[in-house]
Amino acid sequence: MPIIRVENLTKKFGNITAVDNISFEVEEGTIFGFLGPNGAGKTTTINILCTLLSPTSGRAFINGHDCMKESAKVRKDIGIVFQDTTLDKDLTAYENLVFHAYLYSVKKSEIKERVGDALKFVGLYERKDDLVKKYSGGMKRRLEVARGLIHRPKVLFLDEPTLGLDPQSRTNLWEFITELPEKHNVTVFMTTHYMEEAEVCKRIAIIDNGKIIAEGSPEELKKTVGGDVIYLKTTDNKKSKEEIKKVFGLEAKEKDGELYITTLRGDACIPELIRALADMVVSVRLQRPTLNDVFLKLTGKAIREEEATGMDTIKEEVRAYRRRH
Amino acid sequence: MNRPEIFEGALFWSLFWASKKVTGVRGKAPVLRLPVEFNAIYVIVAREFKKFIRERSRLVSAIARPLVWLFFVGAGLSRLVQPVEGVSYTQFMFPGILGLTILFSSIFSSISIIWDKEFGFLKEILVAPVSRFSIVIGKALSGTVVSTIQAVIILLLFPFLGIKLGILNIIAVVILCAMVSFSISAFGIVLATFYESYESFSVIMNFIVMPMFFLSGAMYPVKLLPQVLRFVSKINPLTYGVDALKHMITPLRTGPLSPDFGLITDLGVIVFTSVAFVLLAARLFERKQ
Repeated sequence: MPIIRVENLTKKFGNITAVDNISFEVEEGTIFGFLGPNGAGKTTTINILCTLLSPTSGRAFINGHDCMKESAKVRKDIGIVFQDTTLDKDLTAYENLVFHAYLYSVKKSEIKERVGDALKFVGLYERKDDLVKKYSGGMKRRLEVARGLIHRPKVLFLDEPTLGLDPQSRTNLWEFITELPEKHNVTVFMTTHYMEEAEVCKRIAIIDNGKIIAEGSPEELKKTVGGDVIYLKTTDNKKSKEEIKKVFGLEAKEKDGELYITTLRGDACIPELIRALADMVVSVRLQRPTLNDVFLKLTGKAIREEEATGMDTIKEEVRAYRRRH
Repeated sequence: MNRPEIFEGALFWSLFWASKKVTGVRGKAPVLRLPVEFNAIYVIVAREFKKFIRERSRLVSAIARPLVWLFFVGAGLSRLVQPVEGVSYTQFMFPGILGLTILFSSIFSSISIIWDKEFGFLKEILVAPVSRFSIVIGKALSGTVVSTIQAVIILLLFPFLGIKLGILNIIAVVILCAMVSFSISAFGIVLATFYESYESFSVIMNFIVMPMFFLSGAMYPVKLLPQVLRFVSKINPLTYGVDALKHMITPLRTGPLSPDFGLITDLGVIVFTSVAFVLLAARLFERKQ
């Protein structure tokens, strides 16, 4: 049974359709990536799944519980790291986590241990008595991940977990996230608009303008773009070309004095290629399609073109809508 | 029936009607369930208390405000107003000053929800498996705790103002302060649900809190106000709290400075508004787009 099931979910704010008839399933114990540019409907979907918003139509289930009708059960089963921090900056890290433990009715005798373990897991135990306002962005995000795990949820939602972090904190955070399914027995549902981050996901859904436009494993999605490109520098391009045609049946093309071949599984191809061309190879490089290429192919635009602006307009619209109602 | 009674009846019935609306009638499924999670209530209060203790400046300004009113405004006005039956203007003002202390600290505490909204912390509470009712109770009790503490600090001034209170009276005043704090905090939560950002703070302060203070009978008896303002005073939940405090602290039977309503009416309104505001706030919190 899938741990998350979404059926024909639609959410409209006034006449803006933030989420447009989406359906997907997430398998237990995996990392699922929800990819798309800002304003594509990722956060709205998360808000519906974590019972903060009611959908206009459609249904969503977490661990078999209906997100609309059994919100109390759903809330027990999920942990969330929102896009903007939701820590109390005037409390210490430790106090923030204890607050959480009480809210989720963790047994009193277990609170201390669980909070301590969670802090150790994200490497913040030594700084547990510092006020959160003294924490850096990366530390705050790690603390929020730790907090989201205290009540042992079945699903952990991460909404743009690395947004606004410096590269080092980002790598650091990723180490924790990739360990989550195994160490904490939790399914991770994450959104991001950084395509390279989505590589760790078992499955990905790409969302644009509220619609899911592609779904699959990162490998499957990248195959849709066409496969890997191997670039070769050789001592004799002409001879090499012929050799490649003869041995692999592949057409090599020439560009700026370099040969290039498009093929699936380029990594496996290289050793054979070198063997076949013997001493002629000067250098080889492999270019694999990125998820960015996938997005580019599907939508005709690069994913980061519309940073912020999309989100800002939606935020504005939603505010205006709320004022009217 | 004379006018005030008709009015009070109307107030009661409209609140009764409102509470019916809130809890859901007409055979519909209960709109509001009232499960109470004590863990959650405890921790919400504990958080507020911890922050209250930590923010010295908040405590200092909370104590300074009533002192400024009592000694600067009270000292000036007591020269204009003759004591009535041994009650000076400053003494008359004292219950109102307790009301002021409670009003400001309760509203401050409750509309910190707007801060929590703005800074995101509210989401942490809203996605937890905790009923909205418990959240509202927790928030209202937070306001009650910090306001009562501040009111008690101000109350300690009574010997310096020539007011005589027995130990039982003091206990009664403290309990009353807690009740008033609860109802005003609950009112504050209802307010907070209508605002999205802290820019609305000054709006709330200038157009709701200050008028509530002036028209609560704290500075001048409700019975002396012009009719329109008297009407506003009567729909002001703080009025009944201040009035009940007057019964305890300056229990005059007659005259312009005596309490405006009966003690039973005061207590009735305080309890009733508390319940109504809590239910209303829980209902408003439940609302999703």
